[in-house]
Amino acid sequence: MNSHRADVVIVGGGIMGAATAFFLRKRGASVILLERGLIGQQASGTNFGNVRRMGRPVEQLPLSNRSRESWLKFKELFGEDVELLLNGQLRVGFTPEHEERMATYAQDAKDFGMGMQMMGGKALRERFPYLGPDITAGCYAPFEGHANPRLAAPIIGRAAVREGAQVFENTEIVSVEKEGEDFRVNAADGRTFRAPVALITAGAWGNLISTSFGEPVPMIAKAPQMCVTEPVPYVIGPSIGALIDDPDQLVYFRQVARGNIVVGGGGHELADIENRRAYVNPRRTLLKLKNAPRVMPAFNRLSIIRVWSGIEGYMEDSRAVMGPSARVPGLYYAFGFSGHGFQLGPGVGDVMAELIHTGATTTPIEHYHISRFAKQAMQAA
Amino acid sequence: MGQSRVIVVGAGPAGVRCAEVLVAAGIKPILVDESRRDGGQIYRRQPEGFTRSYPSLYGTEAERARALHQSFESLRSRVDYRPETLAWNIYDRQLHTVSAGVTKALPFDALVVCSGATDRLMPVKGWHYAGTYSMGAAQIALKSQACAIGRQVVFAGTGPLLYLVAAQYVKAGAKVAAVLDTSSLWKRVRALPKLAARPRVLLNGVSLMRTLRGAGVKVVTGIEPVEIHGSDEDGVRGITYRSQDGATHRVECDAVALGYHVRPETQLADLARCEFRFDAETRQWLPTVDQDGRSTTPGVYLAGDGARVLGADGAEIAGKLAAWALLEDMGHPVPDAERAALRREREAMDRFRQGLVEAFPWPAEQAARLPDEAIVCRCEAITAGELRRVVNQMGACEANRAKAFSRVGMGRCQGRYCGHAGAEVVAAAAGIALEKVGRLRGQAPVKPLSMAVREEQE
Ligand SMILES: Cc1cc2nc3c(=O)[nH]c(=O)nc-3n(C[C@H](O)[C@H](O)[C@H](O)COP(=O)(O)OP(=O)(O)OC[C@H]3O[C@@H](n4cnc5c(N)ncnc54)[C@H](O)[C@@H]3O)c2cc1C
Ligand SMILES: Cc1cc2nc3c(=O)[nH]c(=O)nc-3n(C[C@H](O)[C@H](O)[C@H](O)COP(=O)(O)OP(=O)(O)OC[C@H]3O[C@@H](n4cnc5c(N)ncnc54)[C@H](O)[C@@H]3O)c2cc1C
Repeated sequence: MNSHRADVVIVGGGIMGAATAFFLRKRGASVILLERGLIGQQASGTNFGNVRRMGRPVEQLPLSNRSRESWLKFKELFGEDVELLLNGQLRVGFTPEHEERMATYAQDAKDFGMGMQMMGGKALRERFPYLGPDITAGCYAPFEGHANPRLAAPIIGRAAVREGAQVFENTEIVSVEKEGEDFRVNAADGRTFRAPVALITAGAWGNLISTSFGEPVPMIAKAPQMCVTEPVPYVIGPSIGALIDDPDQLVYFRQVARGNIVVGGGGHELADIENRRAYVNPRRTLLKLKNAPRVMPAFNRLSIIRVWSGIEGYMEDSRAVMGPSARVPGLYYAFGFSGHGFQLGPGVGDVMAELIHTGATTTPIEHYHISRFAKQAMQAA
Repeated sequence: MGQSRVIVVGAGPAGVRCAEVLVAAGIKPILVDESRRDGGQIYRRQPEGFTRSYPSLYGTEAERARALHQSFESLRSRVDYRPETLAWNIYDRQLHTVSAGVTKALPFDALVVCSGATDRLMPVKGWHYAGTYSMGAAQIALKSQACAIGRQVVFAGTGPLLYLVAAQYVKAGAKVAAVLDTSSLWKRVRALPKLAARPRVLLNGVSLMRTLRGAGVKVVTGIEPVEIHGSDEDGVRGITYRSQDGATHRVECDAVALGYHVRPETQLADLARCEFRFDAETRQWLPTVDQDGRSTTPGVYLAGDGARVLGADGAEIAGKLAAWALLEDMGHPVPDAERAALRREREAMDRFRQGLVEAFPWPAEQAARLPDEAIVCRCEAITAGELRRVVNQMGACEANRAKAFSRVGMGRCQGRYCGHAGAEVVAAAAGIALEKVGRLRGQAPVKPLSMAVREEQE
């Protein structure tokens, strides 16, 4: 049987896997990257496209900032343009309580270089005249942005290949086993891949593999709901998100350079990871259509041309699993990014490569260690 | 037991005949159609207030048109007819419709989709200039509004509609500058045995040719369109084609009607999660149906040109067969002998359909020869060269991947017009079989949906 070997074998070719492959090559390790479909076809290629730090838990900001370094020199680093637009991020609220929440966050996260500015309703409408009359306050972070998710992970994947990574698409992995000092990774078609180090970046499917090593995690697969309008003249600038208490009523949007406005929100559906299907429930589409004009009344003059969704793994505590296995030496995880991993992608790749190469990281990631679920796993066993 | 909730989408020949059978069995279906009036594509009715006669509107098909319209009138009080209502989504056994800014979710036990067909298009350099219409749009302008798309019109492409619409223009007194057919006379001759399966229709076709010749219209076969000339300000000014001997010729005109036969409208079937299969004969993906129109999704039936292009008479039969299939699945009796007879009749039509496919083939090979600067996706203005670039440099050999990288099929039409040609360009550039390119995943809405819609409960 066909067998391949390398220093590191990575299972899952989303943005996490592709970026880690790239940065491992930069550090001189030989890498095999295995992807069931095509690079970046799942969450990494279907997400909303926000490249923002604002709103993330404060303990995630160092990682997010590290990722930002790669985003800012994306083309230089990975060789192709990713349509990154750095026109800021705006959160808007409708109640004094929202305002207070935004102000608290701006205070708590003030040391992370986001330059957040609180703005009142009037100032907001002067600067962003398209905003609706119900908005009472906002927080503006001028350096944030968004990029094209359909392009990002494939670009990083191609860059990894140019750096010498061996990338195998259309390669479904059915099991990962430890065999002596090596991991043996078995594809559905009988090919095998070996390496002393294995990294699992299988997104919403990561739990299936960690469970096979006795490390199950509380994760469910969700399908956030997206839609897009026809193209209209470019006016919006920042990527905008409304603070709304009921997640089903949530709405956020960004305008791409060619004019279409991508609108997310309306809550989640559960995703079917077995059949790899994430459906859009029209009820949620209609919720978005109802709520979006509250933020920007001009939405009422636009039409949507398409809806879509993607499959993302959400952890019970909304924190990813990232770092070494608690049980198996040489095994590493980076999955379950709970709806905000696109921005983190290059940073996660950078940090995981550092961790695998040096055994430590300069960016703190203890928060994400899988051992936090060990107790549960014991109880389940 | 409550009344079965049955919905029929489309009030063309298939939908009306389907509803008729359902009503006869005591069911009151909801009949949804996005048009203002019944009749569907071929028997499209003129707006109220227009008074052209049946023969002037429908020519040789006047009697069939009248019969269908009369059947519909007699059904009207017994169906819940909803004109100007677009079916924009199917989810969880509910059909989502929108009409006059109001969206509703209609639960169904059974759904018959009779969504018809639209033009199949192959791009040509310059087809984005104002004045290039699809064959269907050219015909609708005439049928519905009694106006021509230009003062000097060239009809280019292939298929029965090419001659039909050109002849309709001649009869309406419009100037037809040329009819340019990519298929050769020879192919038509070879298809004759199959076309003879429907002598009346074949004769109609011959008489269209006679009309065109009688009017002195230049008809050239075996051509390849090279370029539509024009400018952004003035629109279309002419068209250049290559004749079989390799020479190029230019015809002056101010409008071009373009079409390569038709393709089923299958988004609703897609949203109903019906399976599709690749049809090698016509080089496209079609929903899988049994002989009576059962799709692979229980309770969802597909009839008429929306499932398989058999023409209007075939659509009437398919509508009835689908209604009987539905009734049978619900435990109603069905007239076996009549059904068997209709199935046989439809077989002859299927033979004729194959004849048409052979006589007027989709010019797949043109996709490979499209110049790089020709626009493939008009909504997003993406060229053949750009599409080839994502194939060659980014390895995007699958339809959805090529779309993700290039945006072909991402605009307003969602690939309904450019999807087939785009897939051919990808297949040719990648050097793989068309089937391997796959098909674009369908998503709601079926057509753009206003964000100002209000939701109402039924
Ligand atoms: C609709 C949506 C909107 C989002 N919006 C944003 C946003 O605006 N900003 C943001 O920062 N984040 C956003 N996210 C989250 C972000 O997309 C994800 O966190 C991130 O892409 C995760 O990357 P990943 O590589 O871990 O996962 P994925 O991209 O899902 O990659 C995992 C890969 O592993 C492969 N795989 C799994 N199992 C196997 C196996 N057995 N064998 C071989 N391969 C396997 C899969 O095929 C897949 O390609 C959004 C997510 C979704 C779904
Ligand atoms: C442009 C064009 C011109 C044609 N001209 C001729 C001709 O002159 N002579 C001839 O013999 N044949 C002609 N044909 C073929 C002929 O129209 C068909 O064979 C016949 O109309 C098929 O009947 P049908 O009931 O399957 O579909 P159609 O007659 O097309 O009816 C489909 C109906 O469904 C409705 N519909 C579709 N989708 C939705 C939706 N999502 N929501 C709500 N309503 C929907 C449409 O509004 C339409 O009324 C033409 C076809 C086309 C495409």
